[in-house]
Amino acid sequence: MTAMTMIEAINFTLKKEMERDRNVICLGEDIGKNGGVFRATDGLQDLYGEDRVVDTPIAESAIVGAAVGMATRGLRPVAEIQFLGFIYEAMDQMAAQASRIRFRSGGTITAPMVVRAPFGGGVRTPELHSDSLEGLFLHSPGMKVVMPSSAYDAKGLLASAIRDNDPVLFLEPMKLYRAFKEEVPEEDYLLEIGKANILKEGEDLTIITYGPTVPLVRNVVAEIEKTQNLSIEIIDLRTIAPLDEETILSSVQKTGRAVIVHEAVKAGGPGAEISALINEKALFHLTAPIIRVTGFDTPYPVPSVEDDWLPNATRIGQGIREVLSH
Amino acid sequence: MWLEPNETVVNKVQVLDETGKLIGSHPDVNDDELLALYKWMVQARTFDQRALKLQRQGRIGTYAPMIGQEAAQVGSAFALKKQDWIYPSYREVGACLVHGVTMENFFLYTMGHIKGGTSAQGTNVFPVQIIIGAQCLHAVGSAWASKYKDENSVSVAYIGDGGTSQGDFHEALNFAGVYKLPTVFFVQNNQWAISVPRSKQTASATIAQKAAAYGITGIQVDGNDVLAVYSTMKEALRRAREGKPVLVEAVTYRQGPHTTADDPTKYRQNAEVEQWLGKDPLKRMKAFLIERGIWNEELDQKEFETANDKVTKAFEIAANTPSSKTVEVFDFVYEQKPSQLAEQQNSIQVEGVVK
Repeated sequence: MTAMTMIEAINFTLKKEMERDRNVICLGEDIGKNGGVFRATDGLQDLYGEDRVVDTPIAESAIVGAAVGMATRGLRPVAEIQFLGFIYEAMDQMAAQASRIRFRSGGTITAPMVVRAPFGGGVRTPELHSDSLEGLFLHSPGMKVVMPSSAYDAKGLLASAIRDNDPVLFLEPMKLYRAFKEEVPEEDYLLEIGKANILKEGEDLTIITYGPTVPLVRNVVAEIEKTQNLSIEIIDLRTIAPLDEETILSSVQKTGRAVIVHEAVKAGGPGAEISALINEKALFHLTAPIIRVTGFDTPYPVPSVEDDWLPNATRIGQGIREVLSH
Repeated sequence: MWLEPNETVVNKVQVLDETGKLIGSHPDVNDDELLALYKWMVQARTFDQRALKLQRQGRIGTYAPMIGQEAAQVGSAFALKKQDWIYPSYREVGACLVHGVTMENFFLYTMGHIKGGTSAQGTNVFPVQIIIGAQCLHAVGSAWASKYKDENSVSVAYIGDGGTSQGDFHEALNFAGVYKLPTVFFVQNNQWAISVPRSKQTASATIAQKAAAYGITGIQVDGNDVLAVYSTMKEALRRAREGKPVLVEAVTYRQGPHTTADDPTKYRQNAEVEQWLGKDPLKRMKAFLIERGIWNEELDQKEFETANDKVTKAFEIAANTPSSKTVEVFDFVYEQKPSQLAEQQNSIQVEGVVK
């Protein structure tokens, strides 16, 4: 065991995966000499050379499109999009190419590739550096969408993503990169993609969340449970595509109440999908309407107001009270 | 110093003139190869004309005819080695046939068969690309993999003049240049992108000159002259194999509509079409072969009959292939079916609402 931040765990995993499999290569903007703007790939070029850790021209579509070409020819590219907000540039290569190649080739060609991108708010960035766009890819069949909320999860999920035979969008909550250190085993382990993690069991209410809002939800729940006689279950989805229906449904069937928390905008977001799923399959177990605590339906705002725009302790507390009021 | 627009003079490579007379130096092609080039063009045209008819009869779906572009497609693909890759757009039947894709595969594709996209099986041909220009980046990534694995394989992206307006095309040329990737970008400038003429796609005098901006080699060739295309492509591939990417502009003409759903009389003049029919690639090569004493009308007629039989057989195979079933669509989304997809798949089977 070693104490690692999430960014250290990501760096460590990339190093180990590149050591394990010569076909794993990293490409992206500023990832070589500079080691990535967040240092996710720090030191990798020194270890594995410029052929395997490639500083690309600034062209997101080409980064993803070239990765598709590589992946279909036997490499396992790990592409970095510097910030998730820049991925619109690569939307066709993500949603129409990487995601669909297995389908349009009748299952004969696959693109085992990972696209890594920092995402999420609260760190006072310029425009389009904090957007949570994961919902776009939940809506792109063929793509898996994974997001860790801890250093431990980052290591196990990233290793699984790199070894997966389908394209995986691996989203890293920027705010959590260096927020805490935790003990992480150095030895190899995998966390299953598509499987949620019940962080804490509870009886009265289920909170479903993922990625950047997980530590926040844990704190809010700890505070509430200190003062009130309540038992709240927390599910960290870890993956939003494919969704772990079973974990979500069995929890809601038990508690009868659900609050969904994410930073992505509300309309058509992952919360809408989860809420619809519960309505379709567990409606009669509900004792209250499902509440979504999310970003508002505006573009991601300027830093001076982002703390109010993001789901925060106050808004999550309100959501919980509202669900419990029924 | 000002870099004035279109200062560079681009000389088009030509071997045969419009009547099939040798005007360039005779390329290093033996008689067997000369005949093979022509016979492939005959097959491509025969397939193309039949596909058009079958679409009109409602027996296949939308089809993008390539008539007029046989020399560009056959000449370029004939220069490939088996280990080289083609990344085609949707108007590349000629090139794909030469590189090993079967006619029945193309029929399955146009008939909307789920397995119609599996043309790459056993051949180094990527599935047909619909999004304009997207395949250029796949060729780049593929070339990257070849280079990394030291496979001596060139990846060729086939694209049209309209496609050169796309960002992916430019990003691909840029990447290929920076990383010295074994790629050839083979542009068939067929003068029309659906209804928009070449002059409205770009202010560049030629497409070939765009190579200069990316530090790679460019060349323009008469795309209706199969010998010029073949010899140019051979040299382009030789360079690409050494890590020097090439942009080839084959100047040709789309004699037919954009697709079977298009009516070109709405946007272009008959006189223009007539003028290009005079430059037809098959006529030209046939005249050359006859002049050379290795071909005649009788052989020619036989060759078209043989090609016709081949197309008929291919269509019969495709027509007799069991049609796709809706339940199959769930099988090719992920390696392992998530529970949601399994449930949706089961639901349609249980309800019996679909075939």
